[in-house]
Amino acid sequence: MARFLIRRILQGILVMWLVTVSVFLIFFVGPGPSSVARALAGKSATPQVVAAVSHRLLLDRPLYVQYGHFLWLLLHGNLGYSFYHSESVNSIIAAAFPITLSLVIGASILWVIMGVLSGVLSAVRARSLMDRTFTVLALFFYSMPTFVLGLLLLLVFYYEFTIHGIHLFPGSGYTSFTTNPGAWFRGLVLPWLTLSLVQAAIYTRLTRGSMLDVMGEDYIRTARAKGMPERRVIFKHELRAALTPIVTQFGIDVGVLLGGAVITETVFGMPGLGFTAVQAIQEQDLPVVIGVVIVTAAAVVVANIIVDALYAVLDPRVRLH
Amino acid sequence: MSQSLAAAAPPPTEPPSPAVAEGAAAKKIEGRSPWRLGMERLLRDRAAMISLGVIILIVLLAIFAPVIAAITGHGPDEQFAATGLTAIGQPKGPNSTFLLGTDNLGRDVFVRIAYGARISLIVGVAATALTVVVGAVAGLVSGYFGGLTDTLIARFIDWLLAIPFLLFAISLVVIIGPSLVVVIIVIGFFGWASVGRIVRGQVLSIKEKEYIEAARALGASSWRIMFVDILPNVLAPIIVYATLLIPLAIVTEASLSYLGVGIPPPTPDWGQMINDAQNVYQYGAWWFLVFPSIALLVTTLSFNIFGDGVRDAFDPRGDRLFV
Repeated sequence: MARFLIRRILQGILVMWLVTVSVFLIFFVGPGPSSVARALAGKSATPQVVAAVSHRLLLDRPLYVQYGHFLWLLLHGNLGYSFYHSESVNSIIAAAFPITLSLVIGASILWVIMGVLSGVLSAVRARSLMDRTFTVLALFFYSMPTFVLGLLLLLVFYYEFTIHGIHLFPGSGYTSFTTNPGAWFRGLVLPWLTLSLVQAAIYTRLTRGSMLDVMGEDYIRTARAKGMPERRVIFKHELRAALTPIVTQFGIDVGVLLGGAVITETVFGMPGLGFTAVQAIQEQDLPVVIGVVIVTAAAVVVANIIVDALYAVLDPRVRLH
Repeated sequence: MSQSLAAAAPPPTEPPSPAVAEGAAAKKIEGRSPWRLGMERLLRDRAAMISLGVIILIVLLAIFAPVIAAITGHGPDEQFAATGLTAIGQPKGPNSTFLLGTDNLGRDVFVRIAYGARISLIVGVAATALTVVVGAVAGLVSGYFGGLTDTLIARFIDWLLAIPFLLFAISLVVIIGPSLVVVIIVIGFFGWASVGRIVRGQVLSIKEKEYIEAARALGASSWRIMFVDILPNVLAPIIVYATLLIPLAIVTEASLSYLGVGIPPPTPDWGQMINDAQNVYQYGAWWFLVFPSIALLVTTLSFNIFGDGVRDAFDPRGDRLFV
């Protein structure tokens, strides 16, 4: 186990390092450095001022010097400073992360419950009317672009409700839990629904498919033959087979989304990691972009390690190596 | 696919057993290629056929967009400040002149949806084609040669799957500058990893088969073996996967345009229209938000249903997302 963890963590660090190198390269291939210096210095700035600005931000130094500087700071737990806002990237991420976390944790609970439950019901009554209904719903939400669902929910539950005098959900923004738990919850209901409905479709199909696969197996027949109650057969034996693919998918999804549910955050105007990153990209604010990308990559890597470790717990046949 | 299977299986025109030798009975069991079997299964799939009909309608809408513009007399980028906007400069709802209403600049939403179908379909098909070609070649090379080549390609695929796709795509588009070609290339570049994995896995098992050994013994070059002997046998999963990649590419393009880093305005584009609409729906202009959304949803839904039917028909053992 220890050897497995060390190996996977080293691999993860390698991937994260490659990701930072690629972001750096993309930034320097484009007009990044010069456009940042120009934008900061202002429209009427003389070339000398622009040069001074680039010098202050180290943008006039060779690529490897800047990258070395970045790595040196990183090793001290410092992600650097935003080019535009005199704020450290650490504090920008610290402000944005709880927002993304609130969104993703709530949505993931919802989508697992909706997806697994509908999948189990579908599999147990395969080809029934209920199964077909869930299939159609899953296909519908699977095909639904996130921003379309979010905006349509806003149109109905924010706009139409509000003009009819029902002020249930805000149109955009985020209230922190510590400020006002009620407002925090009301502000998150529509984002949670948006993200979870789109995601749940995949889990419905995964659960249904894996359960149907094992239903004909000998050990299921044995369990029934020895008089095990149907409920126990379904939840203890059949659902168990579906757990491995569900856990895999869940690890990937949560890892990716923790790095910023870019679209959902944009639709609902929530300044989480994804929203922050998109703004930073448009301003070419390299330190902020790199900061968010590192957090995302780390989330994906950690989620993958947890998933692989969970395999061994869920399925004794899997050996870690 | 048909050739190799026909070669491996006993010839279908074997002398028929005496019991079925007579007339029509013998005709009924004539050999059918897997390709034909798949087509027959697909043609019987009602949901797939209906969605194919919808896809054809969308294609016709895209092709005849200029005709629609001519009939209505509204160019796609033409702004009708006098007739298309209310007295206070807000969009007008559906009426006899503007069938689906106007947008925030007084342009005809229906005409723009028809033109927008062109972008969605072009990006969907072109990005998928790029994805499939790059993925198939990378998978073939990686699986066939193995060793260092395989390791390098496999690590690259790991990297592609580990990076935050949307953030990288946005960065690339912002830096190179948004355009149709850039959007297609970016979607293709980040999308091929999954195709590469599928093809590589198939190649690994096929390359151990006797007929590959035979080809090698006959002195066929590596490239000939890869593209003439192996490729036709991995085509079925590739085609199946490709039909399901098209809706994904369409959604990705619309998402990039929605975020403002896709097809630059004023080109009519569904994602861009929805982006514009989110700023005016609070003033009651629901049609501007709802109609492009329906267009986008109907398109992705039809491609997904059709793609699922194709998978059902041609790759019955493959993992199915939908029944």
